[in-house]
Amino acid sequence: MFDFYFDLPHWIRMALQGLAVMLVMFPIAAACSMAERKIAAWIQDRPGPNRTLAPILAWVPGIGFLQRLGIFQLAADGGKFAFKEDAIPGHVNKFYFVAAPIIAMIPALTTVVAVPFGAYIDSAGKLVPIVLANVDLGILVVFAVSSLGVYAVILAGWASNSKFPFLGGIRASAQLISYELSMTLSVLPVFLWTNGPLAGEPAGFTGSLNLARVVEFQSQAGFWGGAWFIFLMPLSAFIFLVALFAETNRQPFDTVESEADLVNSFGSEYGAFKWSLFYVAEYAHMLIGSAIFMILFFGGWNPLPWYTLSDLAHHLNFAHLPLVMGVVGIGIFIGKVLAMIFFFMWVRWTLPRFRYDQVMAIGWKKLLPLAIANLVAYTIGIALLYR
Amino acid sequence: MAVIPVERKPLTLAERTYIPQIVGGLRTTLKHLFRKPLTLEYPEQRPALPVGYRGVPTLVKDPNGREKCVSCQLCEFVCPPKAIRITPGEIPEESTNAHVEKAPQAFDIDMLRCIYCGLCQEVCPEEAIWLQNQFSMSGYTREEMVNNKAKLYELGGTLPDAHFKWDKKKAAEEHGNAH
Repeated sequence: MFDFYFDLPHWIRMALQGLAVMLVMFPIAAACSMAERKIAAWIQDRPGPNRTLAPILAWVPGIGFLQRLGIFQLAADGGKFAFKEDAIPGHVNKFYFVAAPIIAMIPALTTVVAVPFGAYIDSAGKLVPIVLANVDLGILVVFAVSSLGVYAVILAGWASNSKFPFLGGIRASAQLISYELSMTLSVLPVFLWTNGPLAGEPAGFTGSLNLARVVEFQSQAGFWGGAWFIFLMPLSAFIFLVALFAETNRQPFDTVESEADLVNSFGSEYGAFKWSLFYVAEYAHMLIGSAIFMILFFGGWNPLPWYTLSDLAHHLNFAHLPLVMGVVGIGIFIGKVLAMIFFFMWVRWTLPRFRYDQVMAIGWKKLLPLAIANLVAYTIGIALLYR
Repeated sequence: MAVIPVERKPLTLAERTYIPQIVGGLRTTLKHLFRKPLTLEYPEQRPALPVGYRGVPTLVKDPNGREKCVSCQLCEFVCPPKAIRITPGEIPEESTNAHVEKAPQAFDIDMLRCIYCGLCQEVCPEEAIWLQNQFSMSGYTREEMVNNKAKLYELGGTLPDAHFKWDKKKAAEEHGNAH
């Protein structure tokens, strides 16, 4: 059925797959901005944007529901950003000023290559993850590339050549670098575990940082095999979550944007399309971050703890249909990621922003020691298990 | 004044982690997420106005369709921002209302000056000018924001009259006992 597709040259297939992922991810990142406005409104007992409607669509029955959801407001916002005059202030360094939003987008969209988002059972009865690049580096690629995003912030802050963007750029870079440490340390126990005592025969075994493997680990049989890592390592998950909020510049770690004291910080001098690129990049970071969180601690594409996608496929009898299983797996995974995005927004409209010194104190004095202690404890625990 | 020293209790460990507070906050916001919006969707839904609301000043007619204003100009004199301008006029002999003293030839209220204080309504001896429930006015030019006589009667409409004072006066005159 899909033979023609597998007969295509490898690079065309890769390009098509990449394009498909972009086509799903970019609209979701954009739609998140509308979701943010609607959730903000609902939490504040308002209806939110609900008036916009393209006049040529007004006759469609039931379109009022979409109108009330603000779907067309999203299109109107996008159109506004696309056609607005894209002014470049006279005092900026033009090259870096233009480069910064592009540099913000690149790592945000690149990290998706190493993130698996579904699985199917092939003809040999083996579970194959759906991922753009199924590399052993896995989490390392994601961390390495996503941390390049800090360059965009520094460049934007510096190239804007005015004081608030500069201060904001410095704050942002310090914050991103500080929380990266705790984040990396918090996921190490997960990979110690997946490469540790339960990883099968020590002989002929090779270590791997592959993310799909982490999900496979949470889909094994038995009580310990099927447990999601949130149950095995709640502290790691908590540290990762807090660091994730800080890394994606979300409330309560929103010191980067801090419109009250820094006038939108590094975005102050930006407008129109370039400004919106920063925001799409932020949402793309959130999407990838949530995806990683779901893979590491919430069982990836498995619908429930101790109930894997394969179980579901066998119960509903679609295990022999790779396409159906792939789509179901991707659907479950995207659903989980969107639930996580909702959590981000829920927290944003609940908590006030931390002061900058508090952000630094939490990062260095609380979270980092906690992450190190957590790592040491799990290392010892896993070593004892291994003996 | 007595000074009462209040002992500030040190935070407990749970409070210092800030997590119970975060969870409490999340619960509160989640409750609001499912609550019905408190806002009105304005042009379609209008707020319920209380009795005695002071909206745009208007001129009213009595139930017989007689314009009640007799252009005594008290409102013009009392108006603090000088928003009202009245040109008094005579009532033609052949009119059924000829027994009424006078009527305004022109009556302009500049809504860019009006401060909705309601003094005009309070001072009017004829109960002819009323601040009614209309509260949203807009226009593209300054001229549009001046309500002329026709506009004021259109906005005002007819209000019930408890006295019919001019009819009583006319009837008394016809019986020969003018007061």
